Amino acid sequence: MANARKLRILVAKPGLDGHDRGARVVARAFRDAGFEVVYTGCHQTPEQIVSTAIQEDVDLIGLSILSGAHRYSFPRVIELLKENNAEDISVIGGGIFPMEDIPRLKEAGIKEIFEPGAKLGEIIEWVGTNISPRMDADESGSARVSG
Amino acid sequence: MGKQVLSESALDRVEKEHAEWLEEYRKALKKVPERLSRFSTVSDLEIKPLYTPLDIENKDFFDNVGFPGKYPYTRGVQSTMYRARHWTMRMFAGLGNADDTNERFHYLINHGETGLSTAFDFPTLMGYDTASPLARGECGKCGVAIDTLEDMGRLFADINLEEVTTSMTINPPASVMWAMYIANAEKEGYSRKKLGGTIQNDCLKEFIAQKTLMLPPEPSLRLVTDTVEFGTREVPRWNTISISGYHIREAGSTAVQELAFTIYDGITYVEEAVKRGLKVDEFAGRLSFFWNSHIDFFEEIAKMRASRRLWARLMKERFGAQDPRSMLMRFHTQTAGCSLTSQEPYNNVVRTTMEALAAVLGGTQSLHTNSLDEVYMIPSEQAALIALRTQQIIAEESGVTNVIDPLGGAYFIEALTDKMEEEAVAYIRKLDELGGMVAAIERDYPQMEIADAAFHFQQQIDAGEKTVIGVNKYASERPDLEFVLKIDDEIERQQIERTERFKEKRDKAGFQKAMDELRRRCEGPPCWENNVMPALVDAVRAGATEQECCDLYRDVFGTYRDPGTF
Repeated sequence: MANARKLRILVAKPGLDGHDRGARVVARAFRDAGFEVVYTGCHQTPEQIVSTAIQEDVDLIGLSILSGAHRYSFPRVIELLKENNAEDISVIGGGIFPMEDIPRLKEAGIKEIFEPGAKLGEIIEWVGTNISPRMDADESGSARVSG
Repeated sequence: MGKQVLSESALDRVEKEHAEWLEEYRKALKKVPERLSRFSTVSDLEIKPLYTPLDIENKDFFDNVGFPGKYPYTRGVQSTMYRARHWTMRMFAGLGNADDTNERFHYLINHGETGLSTAFDFPTLMGYDTASPLARGECGKCGVAIDTLEDMGRLFADINLEEVTTSMTINPPASVMWAMYIANAEKEGYSRKKLGGTIQNDCLKEFIAQKTLMLPPEPSLRLVTDTVEFGTREVPRWNTISISGYHIREAGSTAVQELAFTIYDGITYVEEAVKRGLKVDEFAGRLSFFWNSHIDFFEEIAKMRASRRLWARLMKERFGAQDPRSMLMRFHTQTAGCSLTSQEPYNNVVRTTMEALAAVLGGTQSLHTNSLDEVYMIPSEQAALIALRTQQIIAEESGVTNVIDPLGGAYFIEALTDKMEEEAVAYIRKLDELGGMVAAIERDYPQMEIADAAFHFQQQIDAGEKTVIGVNKYASERPDLEFVLKIDDEIERQQIERTERFKEKRDKAGFQKAMDELRRRCEGPPCWENNVMPALVDAVRAGATEQECCDLYRDVFGTYRDPGTF
C-alpha cells in the first residue's frame, strides 16, 4: 500500500515510580518489530503524556506503571485524549494491577492490559492486529494542526 | 590454592583423573545428551559440569580465602558470624499513613523482627508532599506518606530509638528525612550520639537504575557528602549511605554488573568525602552496602563473597585505609522482587527461601525476605509474617548457622567467587577509563549495559532458554489471593488536611529564618560551615515540610529529568 506507514507508539511512564525495566524492554521490542517508538522516560503526568502523544502524532500510547496509582492516571489519560479530540489514539497498559482493577480500566477505555508474564511477541502481535495508523495522522509524523 | 592444599604429585593425579572423567562424561553424553545446549547462571555466566582443585590451583589460600574477620574478609566480616549473633531480621515495611505503618512495625517486632526498615510512598521518595498535584493517586500506595516532623513522630511512636536500629529507604531527600528522624528522636529524649540506623542515600544508583530523580549528579553528591560529614561528627553510630546494588539488579543487570557498578558508586562516595577533607578511616567504617539475592543460588553466594574481598582490597590499596573497619563490606540483603511471579504466587515462598538461604550463606548482616504477595502490592500482614518466619526457620531450625562460611573452599564456589571479582575489576577499569561514575552516567554507559542485559534476559525467557515456573513452563493462570493489601484512596485527602493543619500551627518567622539559613548553606561552597544537616534539623523543627526543603534544593541546585533512553 502506498500510504502504509509505520505505526507510531508512545511508551509512557505515568506517576512517580521509577520501575522502568518493563517499559524500556517493551520499547526496544517495539522498535525491533519495526514500529516507530518514542519513550517519555519516568515521572510523567497524564497531561505531559497526552501532550507528547499529540505532538508526536502517535497511533498508540503504551502506559507502564507499577506504583498502584493507575486508578488515577490511566482514566485521566483517556479523559485528556477526549478533551483534546484525540480519542482515536488507542491506549494500552502494562504493569501490576489488582485483579478487580483490570475490568474497570478496560471500561474506562484502556484497550488491553498486559500483566507480568506477557511475552514480547504476544504484545507485538496484539498491536499489529488491533492497531493501525490513524487516518488523519500525517505520513511525515508531524503534529496535527490544532485550534 | 590447589598447591597449598594438595602436593604437586596429588595435583598431577587430579589432572590425570580429571581427563579420564571428562572422557567418560563425553562418552555417556553420546547416549543421553545434556539437557541444555548451554548451562549458565541467571546472569548467563557459563557454568562447567565439574570443578576440581585445578580451578583454584594458582590462587593463594591466605590472599583469597583466609579466615572470617580477617583481611580480605572473603569468609565474613566478623570472626564469629552467626555463632554469636544472627543477622538482623529487618523487614521493609511502609503502608498508608504513619499510624498504619507504626502498627505494622509493632506487629513485626512482636513477632521477632530485630530491626526496622521504612518504605516511603513515591511522593515522599521524590520529595513531594501529599498535596502536590504530582502526587495524585500515590499516597500510601507503595509505602508510608511522611510530610512533616509530626508524621515522623507518629511513625515511630512507642519504639525505643536507642535500642532498635532503623533503616530508611530514601535517596534524593535522604538528608531531609534523616533530619526529621534526628529531630523526632531528640524530641523524644534520645541522644543523636546513640541513634543507630541507615539512610539509603545512594544517589548514583538512582541515575543508573532506580530513577528516583530530583537533582543533577553533582549537587546530589554534595548532599550525600554533607550527610557523611555530619554523621562522622554528630551521629557516629549511623550508616550514612547504603550503597545499593539491589535496584541495579532489579532493573535487569547481571550479578557482575550489580557488583561492579555498586562498588564503583562506593569508590565515588569515598573520593567525594576525601575531597571534602575527611580521612578515609574517619568515615569509611560507616559505609554500608545492599545486595540483591536473586534466584541463582551459587552465583549470589559467590557475588557476596567476592564483594567483601574486592571492597577490602580497594579500601586498602586504592584509598590507603588502615583501620580494618574501613575495609569491611557490611551489607543488607533483600531477596529478588523481580524473581517473584504473579502466577501461582505461593511458589514465591519457595523462591524467597532459596534466596534468603543464599544471603545467609553469603554472610549478610541483615535481611529482608519478600512476601509472596509482594508481586502485587506491598505486603499484607499475613504474607509478611510468612516471610519473617522464613528467616527464623533458616536461623533457628535449619542448622546452616552452626558453621561459618560452610561453602568456603568448595572448588566451584571459590572459582565462581574469583570469576565475579575478575569481571567486576574489568568493569571498574572501564569506569576509570570513562572518567568515573558521573561521567559514565552522563554517557548513559551503566544504564545501557543494564538495559542490554534486561532485554537479553527477556528474550531468553520468551525463547524458553531460561525457565520461570508457572510463567514460561508449567504455565498457569493467576489466582486471586485473598489477602492482598488494599490502601484506601481516602487517606490521601486526610493526609493533605493533616499537613495543612500542621503548617497553620507553625511560627512563621521561625520557619522563615530556618529556611533562609538552609538556603544560605546550599548556596555556599560545600564545607562543614555550609553543611545542610544542622540547618535541616532546625528547619524541620520549625515546621518545614519535606517538600518545602526539597523545593528549596530544586530551586538552588536545579532538577534532573530521566533522559528516557532505551
